[in-house]
Amino acid sequence: MLTFILRRLLIAIPTIILITIFVFALQHLLPGDPILTMAGEERDPDVIAFLREKYRLNDPIPIQYLAWIGNVLQGDLGISWRTNQPVLELIGEKLPVTLQLALMAILFAIVIGVPTGVLSAVKKGTPIDYAANVVALSGLSIPNFWLGIMLILLVSVQWQLLPASGYVPLSEDPVRSLTTMIMPAFVLGTALAATLMRHTRSAMLGVLKSDYVRTARAKGLLERSVILKHALRNALTPIVTLTALLFGELIAGAVLTEQIFTIPGFGKLIVDAVFNRDYAVVQGVVLVTAVGFILMNLLADVLYFLLNPRLRQQ
Amino acid sequence: MADTSDRANSLSIDAPADATIDPFFDQDDPVLSTAPESRVWKKFRSHGSAVFGGILVAFFVVIALLAPILPIADPIATDWGAVRQAPSWAHPLGTDEIGRDVLSRMVWGAQASLLAGVVSVAIAVTLGVPLGIIAGYFGGWTDAVISRCTEALLAAPFLILAIALAAFLGPSLTNAMIAIGISATPIFIRLTRGQVLSVKAEDYVEGAQAIGLSTPRILTRYIFPNVFPPVLVQATLTIATAIIAEASLSFLGLGQQPPAPSWGSMLNTAKNFLTQAPWMALWPGIAIFLVVLGFNLLGDGLRDALDPRET
Repeated sequence: MLTFILRRLLIAIPTIILITIFVFALQHLLPGDPILTMAGEERDPDVIAFLREKYRLNDPIPIQYLAWIGNVLQGDLGISWRTNQPVLELIGEKLPVTLQLALMAILFAIVIGVPTGVLSAVKKGTPIDYAANVVALSGLSIPNFWLGIMLILLVSVQWQLLPASGYVPLSEDPVRSLTTMIMPAFVLGTALAATLMRHTRSAMLGVLKSDYVRTARAKGLLERSVILKHALRNALTPIVTLTALLFGELIAGAVLTEQIFTIPGFGKLIVDAVFNRDYAVVQGVVLVTAVGFILMNLLADVLYFLLNPRLRQQ
Repeated sequence: MADTSDRANSLSIDAPADATIDPFFDQDDPVLSTAPESRVWKKFRSHGSAVFGGILVAFFVVIALLAPILPIADPIATDWGAVRQAPSWAHPLGTDEIGRDVLSRMVWGAQASLLAGVVSVAIAVTLGVPLGIIAGYFGGWTDAVISRCTEALLAAPFLILAIALAAFLGPSLTNAMIAIGISATPIFIRLTRGQVLSVKAEDYVEGAQAIGLSTPRILTRYIFPNVFPPVLVQATLTIATAIIAEASLSFLGLGQQPPAPSWGSMLNTAKNFLTQAPWMALWPGIAIFLVVLGFNLLGDGLRDALDPRET
């Protein structure tokens, strides 16, 4: 088990190094010279020379990269040009907000997606199956930011049931925190629910055809117990892995959801940074998301390993 | 192992829904292109939903192409006497916050959306397929380099990567298409590489090598035709993803720039006038939904029709 995790970690290292190179290269894609902007209107040559020296812009690019990566390894992702806060601190502030949103979205997705997938597989070819598939495909095709706008219009403006925007920390007022987050989490979770439904359906269809399910039925077990205890348990393995894998997509989806519901999270951080040309923050966010994504993949592999007894025995 | 090969799939907004396909292991199976065209077409036609998808797509393509000659208002002409008017005879879908005709902006917006979808996927295919063929066919260190780069690119979520690229390139429709295209490239590299690896082991390819055919000839005559069907399916599904991505970037202000119309930027403005002019938010969303649904249905249908294992 330990060697397995270690081996996967080792494989992840070159990928992470490549990501840092990409992220570093991003700043060289920039049109124009950021130093000229920073030096202000006078463009005093002394100031420019000082800034170039300060940001090591006179060094060859590989040296600049090594200096940058050295700082990153010490947890220094640079300083936001706009707020003067360390990037890591900013990310640390915003990430919990998005994690709460993402976890609630996953919960929605599982509660909606898995049972519908099972039902659809068991009732294959019936109107129920057909309807579930239509709904799932619609869930995948609806742009989630539009769904958000429509829900605000209906639920907040017309019915005045839930707040349209804002964020309350969980520690401050759990009930209000959850109620303000229900709509955004639902919006973010729809696409994932649809994906989970389709995967659950296909995994269940595969399992339901297998010999041990036939045996369980032949033994005279109740159909409900055959489906829930024998079939679903095995069908769940790829679904658990998939959920971990899709976590990165959720973070990306959160960018738009947070924009619509004005939630001060990770996604809003990157959008604001993009518009303020706060490139250190953009770089930091991309780097943290990518590394997080790799770790989630690792978690997915470990989960797969733990859930699959055949692999464990090898 | 839950190999990363399924990640390409999770990136496209679609997931394999076929009963017999295990989403975690079946990525590399060859899809034979030797199926007679007529059989593929017959299978495709028998899929009601695929045909419906094709009709949806065709509808929007025709509208986008006919935009210049349709009898509609100028999409950027403002009319301060008709600001935020509800749908009427003069303006069937209403007007926006500076009196522009929403129907006309919808029609021209179709052009931006479809163009963005097709061009960005064309970029991804043009970059991704050759790289995938090279990685898969030649193997060795070329494969190692290409594969590691692909993995690194896949590690950043599609939209975050596109936003970051669009931000660094500067906001415009062209840059949004480039950003989306580059972000989608790894999907095609991975798909093509897997496909080539499985085809390469086939007897007929070994036979072709044995009788001394040149590498370019083997690649074009034997490898490419086998790579083409799954790439076509993935491209159709990725157009759906790309259209949503363009709408998302435009919604954030990183795509089509005003006053040029785009569904995403129309929604961005509309969200500020939800209570006064809800129709402004209604139409662009419905249009995005329908065109994306169309490409998804079409892609699903093509996959089933081109897959010889499906009966």
